[in-house]
Amino acid sequence: MESKLLDSVNTIQTPEGVDIHLRVAGVWPRSVAWVVDLIIRGLIYALLAIISGLLGKFGSGLMLIGFFFMEWFYPVLFEVFNKGMTPGKKFLNIQVLNSDGTPVGWSPSMLRNILRTVDFLPFFYGLGFASMLLNDKFQRLGDLAADTIVVYVNHSTGISSIPEHAAIKPAYELNLKEQQSIIRYAERSQQLSDERMQELAVILNSLDIPEHRMTKNKLLGIANGLLGRK
Amino acid sequence: MKQSEFEKKYDSFWSELENMLLADDKSTLNKRLQSNESNRIKKQHSEVSESEENFPENYRLLCHHLSLSRSRHYSPLLVERLEKLVINAHQIYYKRKTHMLAAVLIYFTTGFSQSVRKEWRWVLLSSVLFFGTFCGMLVTLQYYPDMVYTVISGEQLAQMESMYDPSQDKIGRDRNSGSDFEMFGFYIFNNTGIGLRTFASGLVFGIGSLLTLVFNGLTIGGVAGYLTFIGYSSTFWPFVSGHSAMELTAIVLSGAAGFKLGFSIINPGRKSRIRSLIDNAREAVYMMYGVAVMFVIAAFIEAYWSSMTDVPSVVKYTVGIINWIVLIAYFMLLGRQRAIR
Repeated sequence: MESKLLDSVNTIQTPEGVDIHLRVAGVWPRSVAWVVDLIIRGLIYALLAIISGLLGKFGSGLMLIGFFFMEWFYPVLFEVFNKGMTPGKKFLNIQVLNSDGTPVGWSPSMLRNILRTVDFLPFFYGLGFASMLLNDKFQRLGDLAADTIVVYVNHSTGISSIPEHAAIKPAYELNLKEQQSIIRYAERSQQLSDERMQELAVILNSLDIPEHRMTKNKLLGIANGLLGRK
Repeated sequence: MKQSEFEKKYDSFWSELENMLLADDKSTLNKRLQSNESNRIKKQHSEVSESEENFPENYRLLCHHLSLSRSRHYSPLLVERLEKLVINAHQIYYKRKTHMLAAVLIYFTTGFSQSVRKEWRWVLLSSVLFFGTFCGMLVTLQYYPDMVYTVISGEQLAQMESMYDPSQDKIGRDRNSGSDFEMFGFYIFNNTGIGLRTFASGLVFGIGSLLTLVFNGLTIGGVAGYLTFIGYSSTFWPFVSGHSAMELTAIVLSGAAGFKLGFSIINPGRKSRIRSLIDNAREAVYMMYGVAVMFVIAAFIEAYWSSMTDVPSVVKYTVGIINWIVLIAYFMLLGRQRAIR
């Protein structure tokens, strides 16, 4: 089943011996998340500046400390306390994880965000961009050193349930591959139009014998039978 | 077992887990799960539902179901549902639980000094580069004062001159700049930022750390040398003596951590380059926690103590020397009794 096709899916084996598949996020969603964070940070900077403006010289000290924390710890705090999601990442539905699929702790998060300085070199994330494109997990340098990945949260393949239908026993024994094809066909029945479903079913008619003609409903029936429904 | 039979049998179990994992806010759930242990001892089951109580067991059963449904080639729909559940449960089950207070305590009583001692080679290299250029510049300027213009612009020098003018009521800052707290904020923002960048830029084969250390050594040495030459020793040296230990050591350690990063890629030893980077980076950032705290302490001393003018120079020098001794003793002696982490 696991093909060698170019894919953004990362397979991780858990200690329990099962594989989980995580879909890593590429340059574009991460850039958008960064821009969203930039806007939010800009607003907080402005707010800090306004508040500290009211407090005079004490305020400007406070503002500089605030700026320092915003510059270095804004992503870290969110990543550690908010399931690896800064507000921008949450907006894009992506999250930071350790490369073994576990949530990030302090050290990896600190590391990847301090090393952002280097990813930014020589100008506007030049190195980070190059690193992400050269890497099959889209890791920037900070991610490489911290051993972290950015993945989609709860990625869905958009499969919907198989509609109920009276079970039909196929005319002959189907092998595994055929069974799976029919089940997948049935699973997509709500995404595809009736005409398309019919069209796909007709492909199975190698001989045009009326009583063996394949239809959408017949396939759905077979699928229901394969699942063990009555 | 046919798929529908399997589904019928375990559907309620999965839905229960689904409700627990997906509906519940994970962080609060996590806390509840962590407090389970103590709850069990106290026999207070009121807050904890049965599925949370048996979470580890249920999680393993869930993993079992996922591999079963994969090996039996059940429909992708079911496999996807189970996998989503496993991913969520996996993140909660394997979240690293840290006891923050204890970790911080252990860090500053043993971990930090141990990690600095362990990297003594890089600390030595970093010290030689920084203090070497610093002292070199300081001494050179006593004989060739014009050399100062090679590292610092005339404008900046004029500013430095006014900051350390003995007639000032607050030394070490601009005439029109503000309160102690404002300077405290500025030193944190500026100096700690420089330290973190010195560390990060080490990733580029150590070149960034090297340049930052040498550049800082030359400029700080330049300012010190120039002010000494024009006779401002009485204000400059007492001013810097208090925070010098913390601040200069922090810069040196930032550079050392940066070198460690860079060298891990240049010479990975028996590991792959990426593995070597991951392992070394983890140790290096561990050291940087302490370094960042040192910068903040230095900022505090510089803002509140160093700027005081009514303290006699002798006292300031004494405090400065004591700071150096305490700091060196800290790194030499602490954490020797226990093996490293």
